[in-house]
Amino acid sequence: MVKALKEKSLSGKDAAWLGFIVVLLVLPLIPAFVSNSFRMHVMILILLFASMAQAWNIIGGYCGQVSFGHSVFFGIGAYGAGMAVVTYGGTPWPGILIGMFAAAAVAIVISYPCFKLSGHYFAIATFAIVEIFNRGFLVWDWIGGALGLDYPMIKEGLNNLMWHNSKIGYYYCALVIFIVIFGVVRWLEGHRFGYYMRAVREGQETAESLGVNSTAIKLTAMALSAAMAALCGAFFVQYNLRVDPPMVMSLDTSMKFVLVTILGGSGTLVGPLLGAAVLIPLQEYTRAFWGGLGGGVDLIIFGLLIIIMVVKQPAGIIGIFFYLKKQFTKRKRLVKGVEHNGAP
Amino acid sequence: METFVQVLIDGLLSGMVYALVAAGLCLIWGVMDVINFAHGEYLMVSMYVSYWLGFLANVDPLVSIIASGVFIFIIGVLTYKLIIKYTIGRPGLVALLATFGLAMFLKNVCMNRFSPNFLILSNTWLGDKTFHAGNLIFPIPQLVAGILALVVVGLVYALVSATRFGWAVQATAMDREAAELMGINTERVYVLIFGLGGACVGIAGGIMPSYLAVHPEVGSMFGLIAFVCVAMGGFGSIPGAFLAGLLVGVVEALAGFYTAPVFKYIAVFGLYLAVVSLRPKGIFGW
Repeated sequence: MVKALKEKSLSGKDAAWLGFIVVLLVLPLIPAFVSNSFRMHVMILILLFASMAQAWNIIGGYCGQVSFGHSVFFGIGAYGAGMAVVTYGGTPWPGILIGMFAAAAVAIVISYPCFKLSGHYFAIATFAIVEIFNRGFLVWDWIGGALGLDYPMIKEGLNNLMWHNSKIGYYYCALVIFIVIFGVVRWLEGHRFGYYMRAVREGQETAESLGVNSTAIKLTAMALSAAMAALCGAFFVQYNLRVDPPMVMSLDTSMKFVLVTILGGSGTLVGPLLGAAVLIPLQEYTRAFWGGLGGGVDLIIFGLLIIIMVVKQPAGIIGIFFYLKKQFTKRKRLVKGVEHNGAP
Repeated sequence: METFVQVLIDGLLSGMVYALVAAGLCLIWGVMDVINFAHGEYLMVSMYVSYWLGFLANVDPLVSIIASGVFIFIIGVLTYKLIIKYTIGRPGLVALLATFGLAMFLKNVCMNRFSPNFLILSNTWLGDKTFHAGNLIFPIPQLVAGILALVVVGLVYALVSATRFGWAVQATAMDREAAELMGINTERVYVLIFGLGGACVGIAGGIMPSYLAVHPEVGSMFGLIAFVCVAMGGFGSIPGAFLAGLLVGVVEALAGFYTAPVFKYIAVFGLYLAVVSLRPKGIFGW
């Protein structure tokens, strides 16, 4: 009895919450221990890509609509902030909000016809949309065309969302975005809407027959996901201090959203963080070590790693944890079974 | 009017090559339901094969299409054996991401070995020759490439629709387990189809250096256009992919000529969105 209670006291859900709290307590303290600017950069990118992947996870993982068009929303967010600072000379804050709403609106307009398509047809339609937006932005003079937007040097601080001397400000900024997006997804997981999304993913016809309005669910999920991607885009441009269409609205950027999520484990809360925590250091350190050697070596290794990881661990890195957990419980059950047989 | 016909001809000629590139992808997609994201990179690699054969051994692209076709056939078989085999039966995304990794690998290997510079093969048999018919001009390299594409697509279609092997392929595409129960070696069908799909694009890439510069990024756009053609034509339908290839070539040429060159890809991808919004499974899909 006592044994059973002890076992019960730390169930999976509690452990997940405990882990979450530990992560929340540890992450803000990292700048105190990491003084190296490059390591800070890697940490910021991990948080940024985890947030991007989590944004994609809403529509791609929970709702099951594999979109390769998220670089469009990312780009719109980036241009929202960039235009506010560069063209209008103000603070990025209104631009970030406008970018998020614009991305959500664009997402609804372009997704409505696309959601009629299934499987590969949908995926290729999202490729096509990225290319159309990319070309369109290249010739759109109002937003800077192919030249892009270059940030002026202005006063640092939260008001301009810009820091020049150290990366600590950016780190906390990325952390806030990370917590907001992960918090929203955590809330969605337990909410009615989250169940609707998973129902649509598992079987659209079945969900519809039970009265779920699948189109509305998918459009809402897409709009939410797009707004979050735009928020990440705005942070990216504030960090990068430059934006041009191929930088943000390319298939490669879209693939990063998908890759990080899938490698971590799509449709799970921690998957995007795991994916970013593995993939981004790999990318940045291979770039740092081999980037200068005639070019391409870092990406050759990266490409090979993607192949190996996708082929060997299709459920994502989180699949390894599930596997270990299963092995562990199986052994425990075996041990218990022996005990039971020994003392009837 | 004459310019219009001229632009139309240019569009049709490039459309035929698109059709050949798309036919290879179409075979793979139709039989295995796998999108090979590295298809454009196969094209790029075969262009390099043809270029280096021409540059080092003075072999004309017209001859080296055989070598590049065989080379990409082997690469296709290897891709299947090493990567695709493990992704069959899993969500379609897995194969797509794995081949994305392969595309990244191939592109950067070529970038690393051959530099990102544009390489142009000079003194080929077809060279810059043209053929005049009235006031219309037919560039010979594109014309030959177009005819070659037509022949190869025709042969592939005949192979799939009218031979015993082709029936085995069709049976495998419909239901793998049932085909296996009928005594078809489906593993061999998969291997051969992946190789054959590669060979199609290898032949297309083999002839291209006689009129197109070779560089590591050359395949990306062809690959994307091939995806669009295949999806526009309809799931695994070779005639569909051929028709879509021609359509894409014509729309690209017309939009590029009558508006600005930037808009030609907007027109092509817009065309795809328009077609699938009317027919969600492509022109010949159901």
